[in-house]
Amino acid sequence: MKPARGNCLSRRILFPLLSVLAASFALPTAASPPQKDSKEELLVLPGEIGHSGGRLVVALRAEPKTLNPLIAADAPSHEVIDTMQADLVHINRATQLTEPALAKSWKMSPDGLRYTLVLRRGLKFSDGYSLDADDVLFTFHVYLDEKVHAPQRDLLLFDGKPISLRKTDSQTIVFQLPKPYGVAERMFDGWAILPRHLLEKPYEEGKIAQLGALGTPPNEWAGLGPFRLKEYVAGQRLVLERNPYYWKTDEKGSRLPYLDELVFLFVPSADAQVLRFQSGETDVISRLGAENFSVLSRQPGDYTMLDAGPGLEYNFLFFNLNDATEKTSAEIVQRQKWFREGKFREAVSAAIDREAIVRLVYQGRGAPLWGLVTPGNRRWQDEKLPHPARSLDRALGLLKEAGFSWTTASNGESALVDSGGKPVEFSMITSSSNADRAKMAALIQDDLKQLGMRVQVVPLEFRSLLDRVTQTKEYDACVLGIVSTDADPNVDINVWLSRGGTHLWNPSQAHPATSWEAEIDRLIDEQKYARTFEQRKTLYDRAQELLWEYQPMIFLASPDILTGAKKSVGNFRPAVLEPYVLWNVEQLNLKNKAVNATR
Amino acid sequence: MTGRRAISWWLLLLVGLHALVLFAGFFAPYDPTEQDRRSPYLPPMRLHFVDNQGHFHARPFAFALKLREASFDQYEEDRTRALPLKFMVRGANYRWLGLLPSRLHLFGAESEKIYLLGSDAYGRDQLSRFVYGGRVSLFAGLLGAGVTVLLGLCVGAAAGYYGGWRDDLLMRLAELFLALPWLYLLFALRAFLPLAVSPLEAFLLIIAVLGAVGWARPARLVRGVVLSAKERDFVRAARGFGATDGYLLRRHILPATSSVLLTQAAILVPQFILAEMTLSFLGLGVPEPVPSWGNLLSSLQQYSVLVSYWWMYLPALIMLPFFLGYLGLASELQERTEAYKIGN
Repeated sequence: MKPARGNCLSRRILFPLLSVLAASFALPTAASPPQKDSKEELLVLPGEIGHSGGRLVVALRAEPKTLNPLIAADAPSHEVIDTMQADLVHINRATQLTEPALAKSWKMSPDGLRYTLVLRRGLKFSDGYSLDADDVLFTFHVYLDEKVHAPQRDLLLFDGKPISLRKTDSQTIVFQLPKPYGVAERMFDGWAILPRHLLEKPYEEGKIAQLGALGTPPNEWAGLGPFRLKEYVAGQRLVLERNPYYWKTDEKGSRLPYLDELVFLFVPSADAQVLRFQSGETDVISRLGAENFSVLSRQPGDYTMLDAGPGLEYNFLFFNLNDATEKTSAEIVQRQKWFREGKFREAVSAAIDREAIVRLVYQGRGAPLWGLVTPGNRRWQDEKLPHPARSLDRALGLLKEAGFSWTTASNGESALVDSGGKPVEFSMITSSSNADRAKMAALIQDDLKQLGMRVQVVPLEFRSLLDRVTQTKEYDACVLGIVSTDADPNVDINVWLSRGGTHLWNPSQAHPATSWEAEIDRLIDEQKYARTFEQRKTLYDRAQELLWEYQPMIFLASPDILTGAKKSVGNFRPAVLEPYVLWNVEQLNLKNKAVNATR
Repeated sequence: MTGRRAISWWLLLLVGLHALVLFAGFFAPYDPTEQDRRSPYLPPMRLHFVDNQGHFHARPFAFALKLREASFDQYEEDRTRALPLKFMVRGANYRWLGLLPSRLHLFGAESEKIYLLGSDAYGRDQLSRFVYGGRVSLFAGLLGAGVTVLLGLCVGAAAGYYGGWRDDLLMRLAELFLALPWLYLLFALRAFLPLAVSPLEAFLLIIAVLGAVGWARPARLVRGVVLSAKERDFVRAARGFGATDGYLLRRHILPATSSVLLTQAAILVPQFILAEMTLSFLGLGVPEPVPSWGNLLSSLQQYSVLVSYWWMYLPALIMLPFFLGYLGLASELQERTEAYKIGN
C-alpha cells in the first residue's frame, strides 16, 4: 500500500467491520487440540488442501490501537481483529456473496422484518468456552448500548429505531427489524460475536471500552476467529497463534487454520514494507503502489506478484461547498462563488486527463472513474453513466457560459478571471504521505493551468487534512480517496447522505443544502429499505447519475489491488475487498516446511 | 602570486556556472514545468555521431525513444527516428533576466523533444528543471549567505567592540541560536503559515529562515577579530587622536574582518544551498511545479524511483561543480588570510 494507499479514509473508520473481543481465563491454552466431537457442526471449506504448521509474517502499516472490536476504528486494528473474531453471516471476499459462518442458516420472513438465524452446534471460543445464543444477545446488546460508543452502532438503527433480538432456543436467534432492509443478510457481516463469559462483568462495571489493549494477557482474551493472542512486543510485533477450537475444516476434515502462528510486524512506510518483503522477512504483501509493484515484478525473487484487478478505492477531487459561517475567511467565501457554479465544476471535470492519471500514477494498473462505484464493483456499476473523454474545448465553453473570461497575465500566460475580474486561483490540499494522490494533484494542477486557473498544491499531514475538511472547513479544494469495504452501496452511505460525516464537500448538514442533495438523500434512504436488488439498483443508479450531473465530487481513478506472496504460500488468492490477502487466512499455508523450520 | 591566480580561476568557474543559471531560459531547452505525459521517466538520450549505416555526422543526433512492448517505463531507442541536435532554435517563451521576452534557446531538436538528462514522473525535462532549479537554490544560497554575513558582522562587531554586558548578551544569544533545533522550528513555523504559500513567498521565507539561523557562527568569528583589532597600536593611536567609534569601526576595525567574512560567505553559500535542498526535499521549500534542486531530488524519497530510474540522481552529480567552486574559493581565501596574518 502506498504509504500507502495509506491515507484512504477507510470506510472502516465509520463502519468498522466487526469482530469481537474476548478475554478469557481458564483453560490454560490447550496443549492438545480438542478432538473433534461428533456434536460439533463444523464448516467444511472447499479449496486446495494445505500443510499444517509454520508461521506467516505480515507487515502492518501501524500498530493496531486495540483488539476490541467495540471500539476499533483504525484499519490496522481491523486487520488484526478480523483474524481473531468471527461473525454470524460472512461476505466471501472473493465471490462478494454471503456465506454461512457462525450461523449455519438464516431465514427472512416474507415481510422482510424478521430474520431467524440458527447457530452451529458445539462451537467454542478460543479459550474453550462454548458459544450459545446468549453470547449473540449479549453482543448486540453491547453494540447497541449508547454508552459504549461502538462506531458501527448506527448500522443497527433504522430511522433511529434499533433492531431487537431474542432467542427461541439456545441455538436460534430472531432479529426483528423496524423496517425492511435492502442489504438483507449482508448486514450480519462484520459483527464480531463477543464472549459473554469474559465481558459481561466488565460491561456491567462500565469498563468494557477499556478492554482489549494489545498488552492484554492472552488468557484474558478470546474470540471465534482462526487465531488467538499469543504475544505482543510494543513497537515491533504482535504474534497470534492458531485457535485450536476453530470451527472450519478443509475437505479432508483437518481442522483449520493450517498455520501455527500469524505474526504482524509493524512497518510504518510502504517502502520499508517492500524492502522487508523483498528480503524475505514478510511472506505476503498487499496495498502495493504500482511503482513498487513493478519494482518487485521486475526483480526476480522467490515470490509471485499478483494484480487482483480493479479494487473498490475511488479517488476524487472536491471543492469546499460548506455554508459560510462568520469564521469562514473572506477569500474562501469569494472562491466558493466559483465552486458553487455547476458549470465550473463540470469544466474542471472535463479538463482532467483521467487516462493520464491511470497511466502516470498507476502505470496503467487502474481504471479511470466517472462515478463513485468502481469497475471492481460490477454489480452496482451504472452502465448508463457517461464516460466522456477529456475535452479542453468543452471545458473552455462551459467556463465562458458561466461568465468567466480570459486575460493575459503578467508572465504572458492566459489567466482565467471571473465576471468580477478576479483571477481564478485556489489551493488544493492532499495528503503528504500518499505519493499517488500527490501525483494526481500535480497532474490536475497542470490540466487546470490549460484553462487559465492557477492552482497551488498543498501537501498536508493526513490528520490536519481531515481536520480542515471535516472541522475547520478552511480549504478550497482537496484530492482524497476512499476505500469501500464492501461492494454493497450502504458502506458508503455517509458519503452519499447530506447528514453523513463523510459527505465531504459539505459534511453533517442539518438539512440538505441543495435540492439535488435532498433528492440523493431520498434515493439513498429509499434504496436502503427497498426489498429487491432491482429496485435498489434503479434507485442507486439514479443517485449516481445525479452525482455525475452536479459533480460535487469529481472522480478521478481507481487503482488495481496489487499484491504479492512468497511462492511457498499456498491458497494465496487475493480479493479486491479488504483485507485483500488475509481474507482466507485460515486456508493460507506454507508448502515448504523445510524453509520454515530454518527461519 | 599563485594564490591570487587560483582565486581568479575559481571565481571564473563560479561566474560561468552562475551565468548558466541566470540565463536559464536560454540554456534550458524547454519550459521546466511543461509535462509530456507520453514520456514519463524517459532515460537520458545518448548523443550519437555515427548513424545506422556507419556514416559519421559532425552534427550530433539522438534517437527517439519508444516504450518496450508491454511495459510502462522501459524504453529503447527507435533507430528509425534520428533527432539531430540543432543550435539556436526557437522554442518555449521566456524572458531574459525576467525582462526581455525571447524564444531563442541554445539547443533543441525539431519535431520531437530531446532529453539529455531524461525526464521525471510527469515527462518534464530534467535538464531544464535543473537549470531553472538553480535559480531558486543558488540565489537562496547567495542571499541567505549575504543576510547571514551582514547580521553576523553587525552583531559580532557590536559585541567585540563594545564588550561588557552587551558582549555577554549577544554571545549568549548566539549560543542559543547555535543550539536551536531549527528544522523542527521550521516545521512548527510552517504550520502557522497560510495554507497556500506562493513560490515567491516560500522563497523569501527560506531566505529569512536561513539568515535568521545562520548568523551566530560568523558573529562569533567577527567578534574575535574585532577584539584583537581594537587593541592594535594604530587603533589605540587613532583613538588617542580623538577618533569616534564610528570612524574606528569603519576605517580600522571592520576592514580587518573582511577576509574572514569573505571566507565565511564562500563556505556558507554551499551550506545554504544544501539547506534549501533539505527544506524542499522535505516539502517545506518552494512548492511544485516550480523546480528547485531540492524538489528535483525529492522524488528519490521513493524506493521505486531509487532503484528504477538512475538518472534521477544526476542533478545531485551536476551540483558538485557548484559546491566545488565555492569550497575551492573558500579554501584559497582562507590561505590568503593565513598568509596575511603571517605577513603581519
